[in-house]
Amino acid sequence: MSEIIDRRENPRHKSAVNAQRFLKRYRAQVREAVARAIGGRKIAEADRDASISIPARDLNEPTFQHGAGGKREGVLPGNKEFVTGDEIARPPGGGRGSGGSASDDGEGEDAFRFRLSREEFLDFFFEDMALPDLIKTQLASITHHQRLRAGYRTDGTPSNLAVIRTMRESLARRIAFQGPYAARLAELERELEALGGETADPRDPRVAELTAALESLRRKIAAIPFIDTFDLRFRNRIVQPLPIAQAVMFCIMDVSGSMDETRKDLAKRFFILLHLFLKRHYERIEIVFIRHHTTAKVVDEEEFFHSTETGGTVVSSALAAALEEIKANFPLDQWNIYIAQASDGDNWEGDSPRCLELLVNDLLPLVQYFTYVEITTGEPQNLWVHYEQAKAARPNLALGRIRDRTDIYPVLRELFTKKEKVAA
Amino acid sequence: MRPPLKPTVKRSQADGARPLDERRRHKEPLPSGSEWRFDLVERYDREIARVAERFGLDTYPNQIEIISAEQMMDAYASNGMPIGYYHWSFGKRFLATEQVYKRGAMGLAYEIVINSNPCIAYLLEENTMPMQALVVAHACYGHNSFFKGNYLFRTWTQPDAIIDYLLFSKQYIIQCEQRYGEEEVERVLDACHALANFGVDRYKRPPKRTLAQERLRLKEREEHLQQLVNDLWRTLPHAADDDAEASEQRFPSEPQENLLYFLEKHAPLLEPWQREMARIVRKLAQYFYPQRQTQVMNEGWATFWHYTIMQTLYDEGLLADSFLLEVLHSHTNVLTQPGFDSPYFGGINPYALGFAMYRDIRRICEEPTDEDRQWFPDIAGSDWLKTLDFAMRNFKDESFIQQFLSPKVIRDLRLFCLLDDDEAPNLRVGAIHNDQGYREVRETLARQYALTEREPNVQILNVDVGGDRSMTLRHYRADRRPLHPMFKDVMKHLAHLWGFTVRLETANEDGTIEPTHEIKVDKRRRPELTLAAALRTLP
Repeated sequence: MSEIIDRRENPRHKSAVNAQRFLKRYRAQVREAVARAIGGRKIAEADRDASISIPARDLNEPTFQHGAGGKREGVLPGNKEFVTGDEIARPPGGGRGSGGSASDDGEGEDAFRFRLSREEFLDFFFEDMALPDLIKTQLASITHHQRLRAGYRTDGTPSNLAVIRTMRESLARRIAFQGPYAARLAELERELEALGGETADPRDPRVAELTAALESLRRKIAAIPFIDTFDLRFRNRIVQPLPIAQAVMFCIMDVSGSMDETRKDLAKRFFILLHLFLKRHYERIEIVFIRHHTTAKVVDEEEFFHSTETGGTVVSSALAAALEEIKANFPLDQWNIYIAQASDGDNWEGDSPRCLELLVNDLLPLVQYFTYVEITTGEPQNLWVHYEQAKAARPNLALGRIRDRTDIYPVLRELFTKKEKVAA
Repeated sequence: MRPPLKPTVKRSQADGARPLDERRRHKEPLPSGSEWRFDLVERYDREIARVAERFGLDTYPNQIEIISAEQMMDAYASNGMPIGYYHWSFGKRFLATEQVYKRGAMGLAYEIVINSNPCIAYLLEENTMPMQALVVAHACYGHNSFFKGNYLFRTWTQPDAIIDYLLFSKQYIIQCEQRYGEEEVERVLDACHALANFGVDRYKRPPKRTLAQERLRLKEREEHLQQLVNDLWRTLPHAADDDAEASEQRFPSEPQENLLYFLEKHAPLLEPWQREMARIVRKLAQYFYPQRQTQVMNEGWATFWHYTIMQTLYDEGLLADSFLLEVLHSHTNVLTQPGFDSPYFGGINPYALGFAMYRDIRRICEEPTDEDRQWFPDIAGSDWLKTLDFAMRNFKDESFIQQFLSPKVIRDLRLFCLLDDDEAPNLRVGAIHNDQGYREVRETLARQYALTEREPNVQILNVDVGGDRSMTLRHYRADRRPLHPMFKDVMKHLAHLWGFTVRLETANEDGTIEPTHEIKVDKRRRPELTLAAALRTLP
């Protein structure tokens, strides 16, 4: 009498649409919470899924309800010692007496918590960010091609023969060619049938005529070829030039002695986020890591983030290293070049003018976009002053300042907000 | 009364010592073990159905569906309904459930059952076999028979049509989203949701309709409704003397408690599709209305029957000892009622209270004491099955408690009244479980379950038909209890639907009336809508 149905294979995530709508509606709050969440994370956990909490008051679903106050009487279970007329001091939290059933979101009134998957989390995190001006690469120097299917054509190599298509054409042609014959055949057959069909007298001239005509028609029909070169169809494959949007990002980090642990940590966080963003949004981006103190060195990711080498500061060494690397490995006609630099701004006095010179004359003309973040709590350092001069000369330089963890994300966003067009 | 569970276990040992017990020797026990299989669920269901029928449980046919944990969370988020229109609030509920569940802070329900015909019950795949059997007895025969028998459900819900109606509403709202944009639709739904609990007809009974009729009448109704609205808001004056008369006449002639219904029928600026959406929200609120009023009765009934059916199967020798022990373990978990001073206290557990009351009614019928004869002269010593059936069919929580809560249950649960008056420095203990207190405890508890007590009394008092079309609502205050401050947000939603100024005033118990809140809607800000409304009034 009961019907038992296995529904486990039915689509899950029925609520996905609703969950998406929720996230869309509270986009601003969620994004804020995401930024908060990343600030409190360990470096290695930057791209995990996240438990997010947003203020519940923003998303309550209001209804007419009783508020606190007035006179309430209710029944409670578990009386141990009370007798009628006893007085009990009001609990400090203004504890609910009766009827105050727990709120259905289960988390009390102040925060609404939920989980974002890693994907959702990063989507929110990097929403609206982009590398500016990723268009320079000249199409003339294209070296990459993509082979694509593009419908069918009437000639080609046998290996590209599309059998089903061909047979369909053949069938259509046969039907079309037989058409008039078949109609006439049917007509004559009907007439012959009227004269007696198989048993008709072959001596009747009309019968003989009909038989001959039928024969000829049948021959004609049989003569329609089963397949004709006219029917052949071949898969069309075309070769399309692929615009390359190859990009390389140089990450330059100051690891000199003046960068204390906190500052290094901030710089690393900045680069980790940048790294995540690049990997997520640009499939084929090269990243070159450069660390420097008095000398600069191209290192791998592991060493960049984890090595503890330290020394004095000569910033120009890093710029020179980047320049050299560009010249050696990243020809300008194939690569969009980006540089992100982080430093505490403390540079050897005589070196900053040299940096300025390197930037304005050599590096900035080559790169699409150069970002410099200064990690300092105090006044801008001497490097900042020189970079500002460079900025005046070249608008594809952007500067940002990070004071503490909470600045990292806003600065990153500011530097990489999707723009209509950045002057090159 | 014996404590419900212990003696049963003891008796099972005694049964073991008497292998020739008449009831136990006939049958081979059903396979035990914790893994469930489809054929096993089927066999248990057959046996349970047989016992249920013997006890006279009248049910809709069952449709048992096994679902995964994720699907259970989906079901949670949509109030257990298998189909629902899209709205962010369901997403919010889903994310909250998921978070709590994945953190391990909450187990999922073992089952969800839907008041439909056939009665759909979702069983969680992670349940063990004893759990599945318990849940089948609980949902498919307990809740199911309650849905079919209780007068509130019979009056207010249409189990034959609900699934179709859900489908219709989902499709309709998707169409609206495509035509008018998600945001517009969401705005209207938000507003309607805010008023959903005030969109219930408490006295008037809705007509029954099938999906086909529903579709057929949709267009007809849209036109008709608009016609009514247009008549009400006709801007051309009839005659000078008519006007004077009209301004004295009140509209609505009596205060209206069904706010959403009133808006649907009379809001001047709503488009036909917006009225239809208000109707959908209202209909679904109406569908859940009986459930909100029968928590104790419904859960108690289902619990009573899973317990009774399982016991019977055991007595027949169909259940292994280990099987029954697991069933009883879950059963007692569900029935936990922490005291008010326990950190786990979360209000009165409707399972515990309901189960205790049905058990006690049975006891009063079978083994009445002098006290019972004095308190319940009608039912003491009567046929327990008939009495229980009567109690299930004809009451809601409020009246059920008022009628059947016995001194014994009050004593067992050690119920007491607590008065929280914000003008007094301390909380005061009222009646307790003694001769002087029983009646008062019973009355207070019954009141606690009355919807009229749980929700504030807000009604539409007046609409300025001849003037600025502003609407006035009145909150009738009781026991000096104010509205929760979020009423201001509700008023905003109201103003959105009404399209003109809305006002709220409070009627105090001493008879004074004070204005409470006002949301002004500047109609010049929406000229295209007023123009549209004016155009419609043209012949």
